[in-house]
Amino acid sequence: MAILTSSIARKVAMALSGLFLVLFLAQHFTINITSVIDPETFNSLSHFMGHNFVVQFIAQPILIFGVVFHFIMGLILEIRNRGARSIKYQSFKGNNNSTWASRNMLISGAVILAFLGLHFYDFWFPEIVHKYVESNPMDPTRYYPDLVQKFESPVRTGLYCLAFVLLALHLWHGFASSFQSMGWNNKYSKGLRGFTKFYAIFIPLGFIFIAIYLHLNQ
Amino acid sequence: MKLTLKIWRQKNHDAKGELKTYPIDGIEGDMSFLEMLDVLNEGLINNGEEPVVFDHDCREGICGSCSLQINGEPHGPDRLITTCQLHMRSFKDGDTIVIEPFRANAFPVIKDLVVDRSAFDRIQQAGGYVSVNTSGNTVDANSIPVNKHDADESFNAATCIGCGACVAACKNASAMLFTSAKISQFALLPQGKIEATERALNMVKQMDEEGFGNCSNTGACEIECPKGITLVNIARMNREYVSASLEAPLSNAWSIDDESSLFD
Repeated sequence: MAILTSSIARKVAMALSGLFLVLFLAQHFTINITSVIDPETFNSLSHFMGHNFVVQFIAQPILIFGVVFHFIMGLILEIRNRGARSIKYQSFKGNNNSTWASRNMLISGAVILAFLGLHFYDFWFPEIVHKYVESNPMDPTRYYPDLVQKFESPVRTGLYCLAFVLLALHLWHGFASSFQSMGWNNKYSKGLRGFTKFYAIFIPLGFIFIAIYLHLNQ
Repeated sequence: MKLTLKIWRQKNHDAKGELKTYPIDGIEGDMSFLEMLDVLNEGLINNGEEPVVFDHDCREGICGSCSLQINGEPHGPDRLITTCQLHMRSFKDGDTIVIEPFRANAFPVIKDLVVDRSAFDRIQQAGGYVSVNTSGNTVDANSIPVNKHDADESFNAATCIGCGACVAACKNASAMLFTSAKISQFALLPQGKIEATERALNMVKQMDEEGFGNCSNTGACEIECPKGITLVNIARMNREYVSASLEAPLSNAWSIDDESSLFD
């Protein structure tokens, strides 16, 4: 199986799973921003996402697989990369030829993963328990108050904002890089890199705005 | 110009190396970096010490022999040149210069600053060629029309001198810029199409077996490459490899190999 051993096949697999997660972020942001604009829309969208069969039992497992796959493949690639140079340079000026974000995807990725742990603890596990363990009756209005209550803590709000900064750095390199990995480097690549920078700032900044807005509007 | 050199000294592959400090004086800005090392070595020899061993040959930037990591960058601080083309005017009086060998497990140190880059030769041998009938009826290459853009791109890729700066600069010690240049120079030409599938699969396989790291698209290689080979080549290699991976099982399924002949 070439995908398990070949460097390029692994790169392509990493790129595809990364792009899938980039698309997911846009969807997640679109729903979250409604919490600032119109709580009722947020409630109805959340209720739909929480009870739609396709979303819950097809899209959600695919998403979780995508995250786990992206993480494990990233770790496999990193182990191989670190093993390729056992004796390190005494002097290495990485900033002269590449960005910090591009060289430290493992660090930004690890912070995002730790954030996902907190995020699951905050929202996903309580939601699963609420729906499938306690089998509570449906309540399409419970989502917005739950969300606001979660952002009451300044520590949690701060941790979320920190994670979004690292998410921005991860996207700054990862988004356009995934196209390069899939062999897409042409006259449109400059435009893509521009869009990557916009996306890498806009989406995390949007999430930071939502977190701070909810924290300040208790 | 008065300088302090910190040079990696290592007796052989198995010995433990270390940075040794050498003060040096009387260096002119017009000297090349290797001439500066020649001056150092003359002094060391006169003092009965062992000279610093470093790779060099043409000293005009075309052979790919010189290979020093200078102050944390392959071929030093300047762009689009090799170490032999680097001049001492790029440094200031009183500077400390750290000189190390190109570091990668696939490039083991032979002695001091000399590394074994034969891994590149083996990648080339795995598919970096075109098979041409040379038995007296060779067709003149110029009789095959080639699109000007493709010819230029192919020539650009072919300017790779295989010095290994890409590997040295990469945080992952990846050889993808080198391998992609060697694949690209043929992939763009009609003569290279015939063996394109085997070439991409075999060269990438050999590259992986040599123990180089993966490309994570930091772009350090293209910045440090003395010949300006770009990441466009790596994207092309990725395409070539993916299409070869899809084509190979199909062509294998339809071909009858010698061992399983229908006429056995």
